[in-house]
Amino acid sequence: MRNWIPACAGMTKQDDIVSQDMVSTNNYLLRVEDLRTYYPIRKGLRRKASCGLRRTAGYVRAVDGVSFGIEAGQTLGLVGESGCGKTTVARSIVRLVPAKTGKVVFGRVDVLSAERDKLREVRRQIGLVFQDPYGSLNPRMTVGEIVGEPLKVRGKTRGGVLKEQAVETLSKVGLSGEYMNRYPHEFSGGQRQRIAIARALVSRPKLVILDEPVSGLDVSIQAQILNLLKDLQEELGLTYLFIAHDLAVVEFLCDVVAVMYMGRIVERARAEELYRKPLHPYTQALVSAIPQVGSARRGCRTVPGGEAPGAANQPAGCPFGPRCPLAAGDCLKQMPQLDEKSECRGHFAACWRC
Amino acid sequence: MSVRELSTHFFTEEGVVKPVQAVGFSIKKGRTFALVGESGCGKSVTGLSIMRLVPGPQGRIVGGEIVLEGKNLLALSERQMRQVRGKKIAMIFQEPMTSLNPVYTVGNQIAEAIGLHQKKGGKEAWGDAVEMLRKVGIAEPERRAREYPHQLSGGMRQRVMIAMAVSCEPQLLIADEPTTALDVTTQAQILDLLEHLQKQNGMSILLITHNLGIVAERAEDVAVMYASRIVEVADSKRLFAEPLHPYTQGLLESLPRPGFSGKRLPTISGGVPEPLDFPAGCKFHQRCPIGCGDKRCRSVEPELREVQPGRRVACWHAAGRKKLYRKSHRER
Repeated sequence: MRNWIPACAGMTKQDDIVSQDMVSTNNYLLRVEDLRTYYPIRKGLRRKASCGLRRTAGYVRAVDGVSFGIEAGQTLGLVGESGCGKTTVARSIVRLVPAKTGKVVFGRVDVLSAERDKLREVRRQIGLVFQDPYGSLNPRMTVGEIVGEPLKVRGKTRGGVLKEQAVETLSKVGLSGEYMNRYPHEFSGGQRQRIAIARALVSRPKLVILDEPVSGLDVSIQAQILNLLKDLQEELGLTYLFIAHDLAVVEFLCDVVAVMYMGRIVERARAEELYRKPLHPYTQALVSAIPQVGSARRGCRTVPGGEAPGAANQPAGCPFGPRCPLAAGDCLKQMPQLDEKSECRGHFAACWRC
Repeated sequence: MSVRELSTHFFTEEGVVKPVQAVGFSIKKGRTFALVGESGCGKSVTGLSIMRLVPGPQGRIVGGEIVLEGKNLLALSERQMRQVRGKKIAMIFQEPMTSLNPVYTVGNQIAEAIGLHQKKGGKEAWGDAVEMLRKVGIAEPERRAREYPHQLSGGMRQRVMIAMAVSCEPQLLIADEPTTALDVTTQAQILDLLEHLQKQNGMSILLITHNLGIVAERAEDVAVMYASRIVEVADSKRLFAEPLHPYTQGLLESLPRPGFSGKRLPTISGGVPEPLDFPAGCKFHQRCPIGCGDKRCRSVEPELREVQPGRRVACWHAAGRKKLYRKSHRER
């Protein structure tokens, strides 16, 4: 769209977290280093009067030492099964949950130690889209109010301008401006997801975190939304952190894919590379477990037995060790680090055996 | 088992919703038959209709026949039907948490089904229940049988559901989205288990799903449903190699598959029509690249008819125009 104002318009120079020269030199837009987010397990009485009896019995290590970077304009896919910590990573990045240790650098700002105003600005530049388009839209607000709210909260835009921007953003996601006064229940799942995407884009973010945006949609609608995301990225130069459990979808959209298992990244590589030659036994199992139309994969399926143990009781050594077909010796004693495997550059795996 | 001209309607205040219209198929013994389609196409209601579990009083089966072993299930009394349900036909659902009773142990729930249908006493039924849990691959079945559903993981709950369903060795197992709520590796385990049990018992499986990958790998025969009707029936190899209905073709094309990155996915334009306001003629014609310009498609609904031996398609343009959809799609 021609009259799409650049994100930094209307901001003073020091507001501009992501400077243009930085983007052009292909630096990381977002860098996450050794991020750890633990949830306490509380035991004892819950009443306020008895706080003395309440204690922390342990921690769920939802995210346990995750590091990655996303270059501007690229898409990083974060894949893993439910409970592996991928959503917690997203929430920790925008400080919706407090991280225990680690570093999150967005542009030039250290997010985890940012002051209130700085944090606000960071959050403006990071859009969020959630999985369930039924739960994430307030049923009592009109589409116009939903999409305009991020601007209203910032307090700088109101009235006609706000409405204009909301209509413009809606048209970007393929919805007509006539829908402004309708309510979410009047829309189908795919349309609701478009509304959620419009809400994420209205404040002109640099980075959009997509938390399973197509998991709840039908196949034919899923393809429409994936195409929309790809078009928007091209048009607006967006950077995506794409969280999903469906590997086929991830391959379509992502440049780099990181596979998570029990709060850690076990493998990271360029998307084609990962699917062509998965190194970590867990990734191999995941790739081989996808049911595919028209492939001979079924014969060579290597699905591990058992399930991931809860994140509260991590085994010593490699987290995948107890289920791994290759596990031996070191695997059950020492934690493998995410290392670059020598045969192919940019392909990292945390495994003693590969 | 065979279903003929089955129609189920819901009589609501806004009007009559017809989620199942003249649906017919037959399932061969020991085979897996998949009913595939997008949400709201009527596949689940078809499954419930076979069990005669359509929620009343709004929902009613208004016509057709469901024949199992020469008997029409729709002619049975509720009392006779109870003998069929669970014993001859069993069903497992998408969400194992909501279909298990949270206040009874899982062993109790399996034993209840066994006690009811096989007339066994408490101890004997409990022993069988533990044995069933072992059969579906649950470690330490004696301990697990004494646990409550909330203590089990999603995959294990689904195993319990399967144990309950196959405990009376039914001839037909209706699996309604059995793995949709599960992770991919667990999904593969559950589907392997179903296949293994099928080989052991020789039961037929009616697999209701929206996942075309699962259908391609696990089912021998497939019916594709769209807006309350079956639009295409074939054996799964031929259906996936050469889909004939434009809807099936569009669905298969819109799946992201390996090696596709970089380009745009082909899509089916528009959305599924609302059940209260289905278009006249072929229900797919508004989204169909061939049908949108054709007068016959807009006015007369095509019947499911045989276009090749063993292949039935409900489309006026199916015969002899195989790749038309793909071509016209590219032109657009």
